Amino acid sequence: MNAAENKTEAGIGMYALVWAALMLLTALTVATAGMNLRKITIIVCLGIAALKSLLVLLYFMHLRYENRTVIKLIIPIAIVTLAIFIGGTFSDVFTR
Amino acid sequence: MSGEIEKGSGGRVGMWLFISTEILLFGGLFLLYSMYRFKNPVDFHAGSRELSRFFGTLNTAFLITSSFTVVLAVHWLRHNRPEKAGLFILATIGFAFAFLVVKAIEWSAKFEHGLYPSAHVLLSRPRGEVLYFGLYFMMTGLHALHVIAGAGVLSVVYAWVKRGRVSKDKPILLENAALFWHLVDIIWIFLFPLFYLIT
Repeated sequence: MNAAENKTEAGIGMYALVWAALMLLTALTVATAGMNLRKITIIVCLGIAALKSLLVLLYFMHLRYENRTVIKLIIPIAIVTLAIFIGGTFSDVFTR
Repeated sequence: MSGEIEKGSGGRVGMWLFISTEILLFGGLFLLYSMYRFKNPVDFHAGSRELSRFFGTLNTAFLITSSFTVVLAVHWLRHNRPEKAGLFILATIGFAFAFLVVKAIEWSAKFEHGLYPSAHVLLSRPRGEVLYFGLYFMMTGLHALHVIAGAGVLSVVYAWVKRGRVSKDKPILLENAALFWHLVDIIWIFLFPLFYLIT
């Protein structure tokens, strides 16, 4: 993702929008949990959690306007690391 | 990309590196949760039914809003309005306190029903539920410690903003404290569905 031109932050208006989106997504995830969708509930809820985290990372933590590559790499690397050790452990536990 | 490194960005790099270690710390606990949940789906569901979705949602709202107030604090510091920044830092600490009060209420309720690590009542429950509540106290407890630490750091930064030690020209301490606070928010964003909303 490119650092958006000359901006260093999203601005108050955008922060308020992100806050509203986060609150809405929270309501959505609670509603989803109440719907008894069985197996897909966890996928939807974790998906919404991932989306909320992405909003916090990009706009509140300013990753969208970050210039330093090493910082922009930190989250993707952490995600890959977690995927490897959670996925790898699952491949063991799942097949026992 | 040019070869010039942004002046003063070193402190921010350091903070992000620390954040990556925190992600691995909680990641390990999420790993444990995943495996135990996979092996004990019924017991985990039973355990989650004993948590208050209302309090969990309320705490989520508190932390999301506190992330909003802390980013506003950073915004106003950057725009050379330290008095406004100070107010938003106080608001953030206020929400942190509200979160901890709710957490204390929830935990007290559990303790009163004999549900705490090593308790006889808890240990006489199905093994999966013992694991669930063990993870619940460990993960929300570790998270709450981070809330306390974050609020403590923000309090010190508040004092320094008032004294002028943190300002538009030297914002890094507030910016880093805010980054830590957002991390605390993100961790809870995942804890909430895993403990309160799973079926």
